[in-house]
Amino acid sequence: MATHAFKINRYNPDDERRGHYMQEYPLDVQKGWTILDCLNEIKWKQDGSLTFRRSCRSGICGSCAMTVNGVNMLACETQALTLKSSTIVVEPLRGYPVIKDLVVDLEPLVESLYAVKPYLITKTPLPTDQERFQSPEERAKIDGLYECILCGACTSSCPSFWADKKYIGPHGFLKAYRFVADSRDEGTREHLEALDDKHGLWRCHTIFNCVEACPKDLNPTKAISELKKELVREKIG
Amino acid sequence: MATIDPETIHDVEGIGVHNIHRHDVVIVGAGLAGLRAAVEASEEYDVAVISKVFPTRSHSGGAQGGIAASLSNEEEDHLEWHMFDTVKGSDYLGDQDAIEILVKEAPVVVREFEHFGAPFSRTPEGRIAQRKFGGHTKDFGRGGPVLRACYAADRTGHVLLHTLYEVCIRNGVRFYPEFYALSLIIRDNICRGIVGWDVINGGIHVFHAKAVMFGTGGYGRVYKITSNALSGTGDGLSLVLRAGLPLEDMEFVQFHPTGLYQQGILVSEAARGEGGYIINDTGERFMERYAPEKMELAPRDLVSRSEQTEINEGRGIGGKDYVHLDLRHLGSEKIMKQLPQIHELAWKFLHVDCIKEPIPIQPTAHYSMGGIPVDKDCQVFADGKKEMVQGFYAAGECACVSVHGANRLGTNSLLEASLFGRRAGKAIRRFLGVQREFPDLPPDAASSAIEEVERLLSSSGTERVSSIRETLQEKMSLECGIFREADQLQRLKKELRTLEERFRNIKIDDRSKRFNVDLLEALELGHMLDFTEIIVEGALNRKESRGAHYRTDFPKRNDGDWLKHTLAWKKDGEIIFDYKPVVITRFQPKERTY
Ligand SMILES: Cc1cc2nc3c(=O)[nH]c(=O)nc-3n(C[C@H](O)[C@H](O)[C@H](O)COP(=O)(O)OP(=O)(O)OC[C@H]3O[C@@H](n4cnc5c(N)ncnc54)[C@H](O)[C@@H]3O)c2cc1C
Ligand code: FES
Repeated sequence: MATHAFKINRYNPDDERRGHYMQEYPLDVQKGWTILDCLNEIKWKQDGSLTFRRSCRSGICGSCAMTVNGVNMLACETQALTLKSSTIVVEPLRGYPVIKDLVVDLEPLVESLYAVKPYLITKTPLPTDQERFQSPEERAKIDGLYECILCGACTSSCPSFWADKKYIGPHGFLKAYRFVADSRDEGTREHLEALDDKHGLWRCHTIFNCVEACPKDLNPTKAISELKKELVREKIG
Repeated sequence: MATIDPETIHDVEGIGVHNIHRHDVVIVGAGLAGLRAAVEASEEYDVAVISKVFPTRSHSGGAQGGIAASLSNEEEDHLEWHMFDTVKGSDYLGDQDAIEILVKEAPVVVREFEHFGAPFSRTPEGRIAQRKFGGHTKDFGRGGPVLRACYAADRTGHVLLHTLYEVCIRNGVRFYPEFYALSLIIRDNICRGIVGWDVINGGIHVFHAKAVMFGTGGYGRVYKITSNALSGTGDGLSLVLRAGLPLEDMEFVQFHPTGLYQQGILVSEAARGEGGYIINDTGERFMERYAPEKMELAPRDLVSRSEQTEINEGRGIGGKDYVHLDLRHLGSEKIMKQLPQIHELAWKFLHVDCIKEPIPIQPTAHYSMGGIPVDKDCQVFADGKKEMVQGFYAAGECACVSVHGANRLGTNSLLEASLFGRRAGKAIRRFLGVQREFPDLPPDAASSAIEEVERLLSSSGTERVSSIRETLQEKMSLECGIFREADQLQRLKKELRTLEERFRNIKIDDRSKRFNVDLLEALELGHMLDFTEIIVEGALNRKESRGAHYRTDFPKRNDGDWLKHTLAWKKDGEIIFDYKPVVITRFQPKERTY
């Protein structure tokens, strides 16, 4: 008997009649295998039609976020044996439309990213032949913000997003604050514009799911509370 | 200008052309090379970027250590020193005119990244911070290691990639994420666009363009142990081969000395730059015997060969095929501040806490020095040396300018990808200033691509793609790896023919059109089989040892016969070679010792 049973939520858009269903694959999991290794093993040896995204297999590209035993995680950096369960249930990230099996449509994620004007906005002319100076202390203010890999795990865990697909979402707030908190950025107002809206900051109910869900241990909720302060300051000032 | 609608483009059995898109510039690849070109060209023109993965999932994001530039932010440094190191590192096979451009424009490119918003780590004075890296030295190799690698903790590739993506958003670049390039449209030496596959919806799309640029990355995935992403399958190289164009210096493959044991995942050279040791089973810092001066910071080819020798001679840990990277003496504070990602990787993938234990490592296939031959403005050569293809450019790891020659120095490749991506963008702008019309699109533009997809989707043989790929990777690691030898390479050549046979007899489980990764993996394997032959025959053909190419039966460099670049074509299933001279300006070839 195989050591593990993988129960995978499947869906093939070319077979609408069948809809979503669970399929079980037995697998002898070896020490050191990540969930991604297990999925590859199933795809490569048992069923080539099983579909999921992956690329870097080292937790940096953000392709492989999915729900494993009810928790959002990166498949490639989760050791299967640490889950301490012989049944492993794998599902697509919640909240996004499913394209096929474990692949979801991240269009809402990208749209809300664009909405916060996710780039450094400056007005002061740039120095020629030189970088702008930034002290290590100023630079440290964006630690915990700039590392986001856009995997979508946080927003997928958020009830406000489940209810409103136009909601900017924790990843969007984190990105906005990455620029607002950057001593070199002069576009606070532009970044905040989309946030003062019914799909924006005020829809966050500080449930903290996003903090739990982030595989990179970033803290979107902190970004949200800082942004709320900024918004108030902008309005008064 | 011919206008062509989808109906008139030749269809093969049911799969038709879904759409024709028209953009001034079409860039394939959203790594640093592709995106930096897009930033440049989009200042003036309508630019589309096609990528088989979402842009920020490109492999460039995995780079950790840094990007080279002689900024002198931390200590004295000079362009000439950087140039010397790169030439010497290349084992004198790098073209010195291109290397001169690389070192001269490096400071501009890095400062521009800062201006774009990249969050570099900073010195106490607020400048871009720099660290040591293998092969980068003071005073033409006479001094010690120099602080030249500009970095953002150990997430340098990540921040540069995301920054460029952000600037592309600002500039209104049109992205086609999860589109797979299937073929180039080149007729009469004029590039007219590409044909792509819409991964999400399924379907053939023709991209009609005045200029096409490739930034399609490397091919580490032809090896069993590799640092490269699963998408690092070198597709662009065989697309070029299939268009009848040559590849350059493909026999030079870099093996990085510090891959996580059995995973190949990279532990950045930053670990040694910050002072890490490599030790064998007896606890000896064995680099003492191979590179007494530079020790662990000798160039990669040398350290990897030394490691492999230790392993082959039974001094691997417990006699096994790995050695140890020891960071413990650096202390937890330095490790957590400068190398947080390495700490995380070792923990997550090997369950090793590198503050308390050494990390098991082995050499891992890392970087392809060779590639598509281009001139200094990244325009692709039709014959590898003189004649150009109009409107076709390439930069980054898929291209060969050649700045890395026979061996690349760490941090020179993020630099090359961005710097030559930028140059490609500028060259395209100049070209489009003159070329105002779209070239004609031939009626059979999409037929080879359609035929390929159709054939793979309907394949009903008995072989699994994964099993052919696994054999390929194992054989390449064993027989065309760090050490090479004629008999082995001859055998491998035959084995490749067998693998090609087997590939003609594959079956695929997924026959649907939408998000068919089974189909993509088959397409990728087809690409790998195509260009791997060039690597193997190139390695067999080059009867000397230079840089990363080491022949045990010809262990010496032979400048008399081999100080030249290899060009290789595939014609009617046979490999044809030609050569071109190396450009030598300032530094005459010398013996390379460290
Ligand atoms: C783990 C690791 C760490 C590294 N660290 C460093 C470092 O510290 N410093 C340094 O200088 N270098 C480093 N390198 C090397 C460096 O990262 C790469 O050489 C460089 O990033 C390559 O960039 P690129 O733009 O050429 O290609 P990539 O970033 O690989 O991008 C390739 C692009 O092409 C697309 N593509 C490929 N084929 C197709 C197709 N058929 N259709 C559509 N799109 C396609 C992909 O989707 C992707 O967008 C490292 C490499 C690795 C593997
Ligand atoms: S595959 Fe890149 S994050 Fe998992």
